[in-house]
Amino acid sequence: MIEGILIGLKTALSFQNLLMVMIGCFAGTIIGMLPGLGPMTAIALMIPITYGFDPATGLILMAGVYYGAVFGGSTSSILINAPGVPGTVATSFDGYPMAQQGKAGKALAIAAYSSFAGGTIAAIFLLIAAPSLSKVSLSFRSPDYFGLMILGLTAVAAFSSKGNFLKAMMMCVLGLMLASVGQDTLSDIPRFTFNTMNLSDGISFVLVVMATFAMSEALTIILKKNDPTKAAKQISLTDLGSIKVSKEETKQMAKTIPRSSILGFIVGVLPGAGATIASFLAYGMERNFVSDEEKEKFGKGSVQGLSAPETANNAACSGAFVPLLTLGIPGSGTTAVMLGALLGFGIQPGPRLYETNPEIFWSVIMSMYIGMVVLLILNLPLIPYIARILAVPRTFLIPMILFFSVTGIYLMSFNNFDIFLMIGIAVVATILRLYDFPMPPLILAFVLGGLMEENLRRSLLISDGSWSFLWDRPLTLCIMISIIIIVSWQIYKSFFQKN
Amino acid sequence: MKINSVKIISLLFFVLSAFYLYTAHQIQVFAFDEGAPFNAKTFPIYLGYAGMFFAGLKIVLPDRKPIEVNPTHLEFKKTILLVVTMIIYGATILKVGFFLSTSLFLVFSYYFLGERRWKYIIIFSFPFVAIFMYLLHGLLAVYLRDPLLKYIGIMG
Repeated sequence: MIEGILIGLKTALSFQNLLMVMIGCFAGTIIGMLPGLGPMTAIALMIPITYGFDPATGLILMAGVYYGAVFGGSTSSILINAPGVPGTVATSFDGYPMAQQGKAGKALAIAAYSSFAGGTIAAIFLLIAAPSLSKVSLSFRSPDYFGLMILGLTAVAAFSSKGNFLKAMMMCVLGLMLASVGQDTLSDIPRFTFNTMNLSDGISFVLVVMATFAMSEALTIILKKNDPTKAAKQISLTDLGSIKVSKEETKQMAKTIPRSSILGFIVGVLPGAGATIASFLAYGMERNFVSDEEKEKFGKGSVQGLSAPETANNAACSGAFVPLLTLGIPGSGTTAVMLGALLGFGIQPGPRLYETNPEIFWSVIMSMYIGMVVLLILNLPLIPYIARILAVPRTFLIPMILFFSVTGIYLMSFNNFDIFLMIGIAVVATILRLYDFPMPPLILAFVLGGLMEENLRRSLLISDGSWSFLWDRPLTLCIMISIIIIVSWQIYKSFFQKN
Repeated sequence: MKINSVKIISLLFFVLSAFYLYTAHQIQVFAFDEGAPFNAKTFPIYLGYAGMFFAGLKIVLPDRKPIEVNPTHLEFKKTILLVVTMIIYGATILKVGFFLSTSLFLVFSYYFLGERRWKYIIIFSFPFVAIFMYLLHGLLAVYLRDPLLKYIGIMG
């Protein structure tokens, strides 16, 4: 493991890769800060650029963007009470009241230190857990993988979209349908191409991500007459107060950080749970741990109330990499985008990645840590300047997002058809978003589609067409029981439970 | 059962799934693969049924919290103008070239969204695209097709 860490450090600390982490963190912070544009949009916009780099550098850039966007989301939560992503909603409960009390700088510093500490502890867990889990997951077979993928999809549908389980499942099926377009991987038989050569290679992953996130987000903002930068006009973004944290406050954070990190990491590893649930759970847990006097301060600018969700959401971000790196199965929309990017580089994440591409495996882990250091050293002092992006009017912001989306596809294919297809998917996604149909399950399903079909093919061929592979192995049986429980519970909760 | 927009979308999804299922059945597989436990149309057929199942459930089961979207609160005109501008941009980018089509796309988009400060409109279109092209093409060596600039002799 030490050798691996050194390989990772050597790769991550090269001049080019360090520069990429910095650029990624900076760009991610700017994009993540804009309400509505979260890590998925940020990473999606970066993918076309990364294809010019080697896989390790590209992934390092994306890891930087990921952490930068999460940090940026916290910043807008604290400064303007407009969380960039759901994972930072709990941050605004105490962060925004602190900002209103003239302690915006302090709130940002507490958020940054907590994120850093949470990320550090989670990165250590990841260092320990990932190689061990990789070895364990080598014993997994096709039926287990197939079951795990269905579990991932149902869990994301169940937990990431409250009360919209059936809508989320419909989006999963739509994602799988889109993934099935193009030639069959084994027989090369064209499917759903309607005799169009443009579809014979299937639909590009970047196209779907850009259309369903960046482009449809921009169109939704216009359609709903939202102004993501409106709240920023009401506050001073240049005078944020001191970023110094007192000894007393440090002591309070020191109690909160370890427990929130552990909780965040565990929740992050679970498929579908992710940063949002982790941050809310940590907030709730912290409220139960503190004294009655401190409990009164929750919601009014409590240091621990701010530190807990920030620690947990960052720890969950690292935790989400565990199933991606060890099983090759993403547990969230963001890690699904990362998986799509990895596949684009010709890398198949999974238990063998640890052995076949150790430099990528370890450099991603190490660059995540370096990314957090960069955020703390560079972004925190620069926040008063970066926060000015919140004042950019939407008349400039929206065309820029659309421009980057179209350019991204143009650079990849030099094909009008892809641009038109992207616009078409974006329009449909905008209508679906209007009626609360969630997009992350669609992306996750689109990325997993090919792998799911491949594992189902193997399982059915091995069992000679019998579906008994779903209960033959104890592990597969456990996974299938979990799926049945989740689906039944969600349907019951959605339609038969009063509250 | 009360009909609302979500139910209509679900119904459309049901029809799409049915069409998908029909098309999946039409996939021509190799003769020796016809009776195999798994062939090119097996997975799509299951997907078609799954889509119909979930859409059917959404149509039949009652909506606990129906979403009502008031069309008068939506900005259709600007959204449609932007989509049309994007389509024109997509149609011209290969023929006219990256620089001119992108710059014009940005100018029109800013204008349609209500921006009237021409100084900023110009700065964030033509010079912005030129810098972007330089970064991509000049520094990162990413190929950018631009017949117009090539004809003028600015781009190699």
